[in-house]
Amino acid sequence: MITVIAFYLFAALTVLAGAVTILARNPVHSVLWLIVAFFNAAGLMVLAGAEFIAMLLVIVYVGAVAVLFLFVVMMLDIDFAQLRAGFIRNMPLGLLLAVALLGELLIGIGAWSVGGIELGEPSGAAAVPQGASNIEAIGLLLYSRYLFLFEAAGVLLLVAMVGAIVLTHRQRAGVRGQNISRQIARRPDEATVNASPEVGKGVQL
Amino acid sequence: MTEFFNQWMSYEAAWLLATICGILLIALPLMLAVAMIIYVDRKVWAAMALRRGPNVVGPWGLLQSFADGLKVFLQETIVPSAANKGLFLIAPIITFTVALMAWAVIPFNSDAVLANVNVGLLYVLAISSLGVYGVIIAGWASNSKYPFFSAMRASAQMISYEVSIGFILICVVMWAGTFNLNDIVKAQQAHVGPINGFVANPLLFPMWVMFLISGMAETARAPFDLTEAESELVAGYQTEYSSMSFALYWLGEYANVLLMCALNATLFWGGWLPPLNVGNVLTPIIAFLASHHMGWLAAVLGLFDPFPGWLWLFAKIFFFFFIFSWVKATVPRYRYDQLMRLGWKVFLPVSLLFVVVVSGYLMFTRYGV
Repeated sequence: MITVIAFYLFAALTVLAGAVTILARNPVHSVLWLIVAFFNAAGLMVLAGAEFIAMLLVIVYVGAVAVLFLFVVMMLDIDFAQLRAGFIRNMPLGLLLAVALLGELLIGIGAWSVGGIELGEPSGAAAVPQGASNIEAIGLLLYSRYLFLFEAAGVLLLVAMVGAIVLTHRQRAGVRGQNISRQIARRPDEATVNASPEVGKGVQL
Repeated sequence: MTEFFNQWMSYEAAWLLATICGILLIALPLMLAVAMIIYVDRKVWAAMALRRGPNVVGPWGLLQSFADGLKVFLQETIVPSAANKGLFLIAPIITFTVALMAWAVIPFNSDAVLANVNVGLLYVLAISSLGVYGVIIAGWASNSKYPFFSAMRASAQMISYEVSIGFILICVVMWAGTFNLNDIVKAQQAHVGPINGFVANPLLFPMWVMFLISGMAETARAPFDLTEAESELVAGYQTEYSSMSFALYWLGEYANVLLMCALNATLFWGGWLPPLNVGNVLTPIIAFLASHHMGWLAAVLGLFDPFPGWLWLFAKIFFFFFIFSWVKATVPRYRYDQLMRLGWKVFLPVSLLFVVVVSGYLMFTRYGV
C-alpha cells in the first residue's frame, strides 16, 4: 500500500518536473525542476531496490553536476526574446526528434505488449551470489567479470580529464603567485636588516 | 517501536505511526539542542575573548536563545521587491529540511536508529551535498550582489571539500567493510587494544584530522566562513533575509554543525560505544557505595547502569562542538585562494594517497594476497 502510493507519487512528480523543465521560461527554474526530477527518479530507484544507484544519482547528478549547471546558468546573461526567436527557427528539427522518439516509444510498448524478451536468469560468473546486498553484488560483478570494461572506462575518463585540463590550461607570464613553502621557511633574521645609518644618509637595501 | 504499536493496529499503520514518532523523537530534541548549543557557542567564544557572554535572560543567560527566537518570530518578513519571491522563500526551508534529514541514519544506541539502511553513509553524503542548494538559491533569488557572490563562493567551496570527504569516508568504509553506520560503530569495538574507535588507528588518525577540518569547511564554519565574511559580503547569502526565514538559516546551520560533530563521533570515535572497551565499570562502584552506607548515591548511579550509549554519543558530540567553537574563537579567517589550495592541493592528494595505503594494507593483512 505505502509502496504503491510512493511509486505513483514519485512517478507523477518525475514526469511533472520533467515537463516543467522544458516549459519553464526562466532557465534557472528549468535547472531547479531538473533537480526535482533527478530526486524523484532516485526515489523510484530506492523503491526498485537499487538503493546504491539511487544514492549515486543524488550524489553525482544532484550534488555535483546540477550545481555546476546552476552555476553556469546563473552567470548567463540571457535575452529571452532572442531565445524565443531561436525556438521558432529550431522548431522543425525539434518536431522531427519528438516524432522519432514517439515512434521508438510506440514500437517499444508494442513489442513489450506482444511479449518481453526472455533474458533468462544470470548464471556462471555473471550470477549474483544469494543474499548479497546491492553494493556487494555490483562490486563482485564490476571487479571480476567486467574488470576489463571497468578499467577501460576509467582510462577513458582519465584521458578525457587530462584532455580538458590541457585544452583549458594556459601559462601566463609575469604572474606573481604565492609560494607557500618559501613563505613558511622565511625566518626573521634573513628577512630583516638591523642598520643604524648616519644622520642624512639612507639605508642600502 | 513498530511492534509496540502493532498490538493495537495493522502493521502498516503501526509502521507509519512508529516512524512519525521516531522523527519527532529526533527532530524536537535536536531543535532544543540547537538552541542550547548556540548559547554554548556564544559562551565559549566569550570566555576565550575574556568576556561574559549572554548572562541576562534566565539563570546564567540560559534562555538567551529562546528570547532571540521569540524576537525573530515577532519580526516582519521582508521580501525585496526585485527578488524572485517563490525561490526566495523556499531557499531557507531547503536548508533547514536538509539539515534535519541526515539525522535519520545516525545511530543513537545499538540499533537505535530511525532508518537502518545499508547505504547509510552514502545517504549522509547525498543529503549533505543537497545543503548547498539552500545557499545558491538564496543568493540568486535575492537579486542582490553580495548574496550572489556568497552563493558562488559557497558552491565552489562545498564541491571542493566534498571530494576529499568522499575519499576519507572510503577509507573508513574499507576498514569497517560496510556502509551501514550502525555496523561501522560496531566495527570499532576494541579496535586498537581496549580503545573503541578508528581514531586510535595510526592509518586512520590523519584521516580524522582531515575530516574534522573538511567538516568545518563543509559547514562553512570559521575559519572557512567565507560565504558570510562580514568584512567583504555584509552577511553573505543571508543579507536580504529577515525574521523567520533568517532564523531557519540560523537553526539549519547549527543543526549541520551538530551533524558534523555526530559524524566525527560515529565514524572515528566509536559513536555510542564507551571510549574504552573494559566492561561495566559502574557496577563494582555501586556495590562498593551500597556496602559503605551511601545507598542514595548508589541509587543515583544505578540509574546510569548500564551507562546508556546515547549519553556517550551526546558527550562526544559536545566535545567536538567545543573544538568547533574553540577554532572559531582563535583561528583567523582563510583567504579564498588559501581555502581552495588547502582543499585541492593538500587534502585531495593526501586523502587519495591514504585510500591507496589503507586498501593496500587491508589487502595484505585481512585478505591475504
